[in-house]
Amino acid sequence: MKTIFAESVPGRGSRFFASDAPAAAKMLPAGLLRSRPPRLPECSELDVVRHFTRLSRLNYSVDANFYPLGSCTMKYNPKFTEYVAGLPGFARLHPLLAQLGRGAARTQGALRCLHEIEVLLCEITGMEAFTLQPMAGANGEFTGVSLMAAYHRAKGRARAKMLIPDSAHGTNPASAALAGLEIVNVESRDGMVDPEALAACLAEHDGDVVGLMMTCPNTLGLMESRLPEIVALLRGADALLYYDGANMNAILGKMRVGDAGFDVVHLNLHKTFATPHGGGGPGSGPVGVNARLLPFLPAPRVVKGEDGDFFLNDNLPQSIGAVGPFYGSFAVIVKALAYMLRLGGEGLERVAEYAVLNANYLKKRLQNVLDIPFERICAHEFVASAPEGLRALDIAKALLDRGFHAPTVYFPLIVRECLMAEPTETESKQTLDAYVEALREIVEQGGKDPAGLAAAPLNMPVRRLDETTAARRMALTEDMG
Amino acid sequence: MPFIPHTPREVEEMLAVVGVRGLDDLFADIPPEMRPARLNLPKGQGEAAVCSYFEKLAARNGTDMVSFLGAGFYAHDIPKAVDALAGRSEFYTAYTPYQAECSQGTLQAIFEFQTAVSRLMEMDCANASVYDGGTALFEAAMMAVRATRRRVLVVDEAVNPIWRKMLATYIAGLPVSLKTVPQKNGVSDLQALIDAPDKDCAAVIVQNPNFFGVVADYTEVFAKARLHKAFSVISVYPVMQAVLKTPGEMGADVAVAEGQSLGQPLNFGGPYLGLMACGKEHIRQLPGRIAGRASDPDGKTGYVLTLQAREQHIRRGKATSNICSNQALCALRALAHLCLLGPEGLARQAEYGMDMARQAVRRLTSLKGVEPLNDEPYGNEAALRLPAPAEQVAAALVEKGFVPGFPVGRYYPGMENILLLACTEVNRPGHIAGLAEAMGDLL
Repeated sequence: MKTIFAESVPGRGSRFFASDAPAAAKMLPAGLLRSRPPRLPECSELDVVRHFTRLSRLNYSVDANFYPLGSCTMKYNPKFTEYVAGLPGFARLHPLLAQLGRGAARTQGALRCLHEIEVLLCEITGMEAFTLQPMAGANGEFTGVSLMAAYHRAKGRARAKMLIPDSAHGTNPASAALAGLEIVNVESRDGMVDPEALAACLAEHDGDVVGLMMTCPNTLGLMESRLPEIVALLRGADALLYYDGANMNAILGKMRVGDAGFDVVHLNLHKTFATPHGGGGPGSGPVGVNARLLPFLPAPRVVKGEDGDFFLNDNLPQSIGAVGPFYGSFAVIVKALAYMLRLGGEGLERVAEYAVLNANYLKKRLQNVLDIPFERICAHEFVASAPEGLRALDIAKALLDRGFHAPTVYFPLIVRECLMAEPTETESKQTLDAYVEALREIVEQGGKDPAGLAAAPLNMPVRRLDETTAARRMALTEDMG
Repeated sequence: MPFIPHTPREVEEMLAVVGVRGLDDLFADIPPEMRPARLNLPKGQGEAAVCSYFEKLAARNGTDMVSFLGAGFYAHDIPKAVDALAGRSEFYTAYTPYQAECSQGTLQAIFEFQTAVSRLMEMDCANASVYDGGTALFEAAMMAVRATRRRVLVVDEAVNPIWRKMLATYIAGLPVSLKTVPQKNGVSDLQALIDAPDKDCAAVIVQNPNFFGVVADYTEVFAKARLHKAFSVISVYPVMQAVLKTPGEMGADVAVAEGQSLGQPLNFGGPYLGLMACGKEHIRQLPGRIAGRASDPDGKTGYVLTLQAREQHIRRGKATSNICSNQALCALRALAHLCLLGPEGLARQAEYGMDMARQAVRRLTSLKGVEPLNDEPYGNEAALRLPAPAEQVAAALVEKGFVPGFPVGRYYPGMENILLLACTEVNRPGHIAGLAEAMGDLL
């Protein structure tokens, strides 16, 4: 498809905004002005609407396709939450109004939303308090890691090592590095954190370990069965335990991470609490902490006064500062809160039950189709390997041809030709069955005709694109390459 | 069961396939002592009840006020077509384009967004966006730190203090320090910024218009930074950028912006997006997602995520950043907004805001004791010195239904009487007259 820049016609425009204000040159000296107008598209409103409508039709989406992308929790996003977050009383509200004298009184509805979701998240996770400031999961990780570092600093220790299991998401080491910490890799055994390996790491880096970042259930979709030992080992070294909430959908209502001994947790509201992924964002990554880390939370915090009114507290002397400009991805937070209130406690617990049921059903049905390395009951997702002689990538592309989004491929790195599927609770048995049939056909076809499989997809807007040449050519804008 | 399609019969069938008796048996791996006794959460509610609850909360917020509040975040008119297009669920219920063949809509939109941002800034290339203007500033600073292997960031004090606070938070654990160059009466000290870089300086960081609304030309500052092999980083306001001298023309290495004013509602603080553009020579230091043009075996043009060797899922602890994705839907909104306004519409918005700001300054400085903070050229935002603490004046005006602007004293000790006032298309001459009258009654 042509780009919108190629569709531009000089002199055309939508005339969305016109005014009789003087030209900029009459208000500012020439030396401060740009020499030519920006070369943005000149299009009618219909040109623009048609262009983006056509572009939208080139996408797969949860609303049109089964999207079992592992670790991403691509569940259905209820429509009423869009309505709620778009209410003008929220959408048009300036964040700084709450910070003006008497401004809090004019932002009570919004401050209440922030306070209310914090209370609910604390109850769900068993943590003491949450900051809503982090703007996505990885941003939450950075925040959590910074809080852990601040805890040790306040005790006068210059600890510098973060322990990270080899099965972890790539963001874990990247976030720890961004916070200035060194990464120590912890090898897993049978897909799980091995307390013996952990003890060895703690001994080797005695007095220098900030903590351990864990995903639980882990990225293989397995519950960490030796969690109590892990907690005890870390407590023994006064090192902290971080919970990566990417897989929270598996344990809603079934396990409270605070009770389990985690000190800090980030959640992905866009995963667990059903807000749309937006093609890559915006997300929201609140971070919860227990009492040990509470003093270090980012500022400001929303507080409920004795009169029942809400206000912002900026007076937090031990705070790590500000990881975002204001109070978080507010519109995303409102959607998540609306979803939580709609489901209630019972409904949230049901989410975990049916997410795990769907994953286990799918895993069982695929037993004779793919190689499944871990037989035991899985959590909300599971890993499989492409059958001997087939590539995960080819299977993924063939799924696209059949109208399914592919699972996550080649992650976790410790599984050969990995296909990691997370069906979520919102998919029906019929959809899961159809997906199994599609995979069965693909594997059969691939066995007979591997070259045919390597040519997939054939029915999509484009065939496989040459990424190597693209990286070399570097055509990153209409004006490059 | 809301959003769960299973019938009781299907549940039985599925449990039988899995080989367990009940749903709770699926959680047998969680140590029993870690299972919560019960959750103290409210009961679920119907959709209509939830909607009406939020309607009541939204109605308690003061969006009916006459507002001149900006400080880096601005109320602009957004074409309804932006909502309609970004509201297409083919865009908003997709995820980051891991499978390029079924994500060409998102990928081409990112490519077009990168083109639009690059052309607005007159820089070679741009990424697919980061979280917001503050993280964009931090990421730009880190590009400089990595490329120069130096550790001092020279920052103009007139860079938005909200983003400077974020910058300080983000570098707290790193061997990087900030050297702040004081502003004078809201004016960036160009000579001090020219003199600041030395052999330890990784970057000189400025903002145009600066926090106080002052417009300047940073060409000489950047030339001097280059002489010392330091980066030049500039943060801009995208709407004013339609008319102002560009980062490219000034010789910046990296240009960033808070993209909120391009098609994003204020949303009480988010989600927003950070724009990042740079010179070609720095592309491998640029963090985040980048889309590039590619071809398929039939020679058909398509788009892919490219240069992924910079990213966390490949490089893990050695990545350029920990960011996994981008603010894709916000970037789509920004792109659609720019296309619907065009170069013409964006420039008219900038000019209207500037004209209104001039009318407001004229009207308000006719009040006794109110004067401009300085005589420098300004955009759509200006700082005024009041004869009383701005916090108090603002609080009293909020009671009367006016938000007169932002009292800067909390961020700039000694400037307690200074009020920062912004104008955009949402402000009418009648608003200015109303504000002047209300303020006149108070002073």
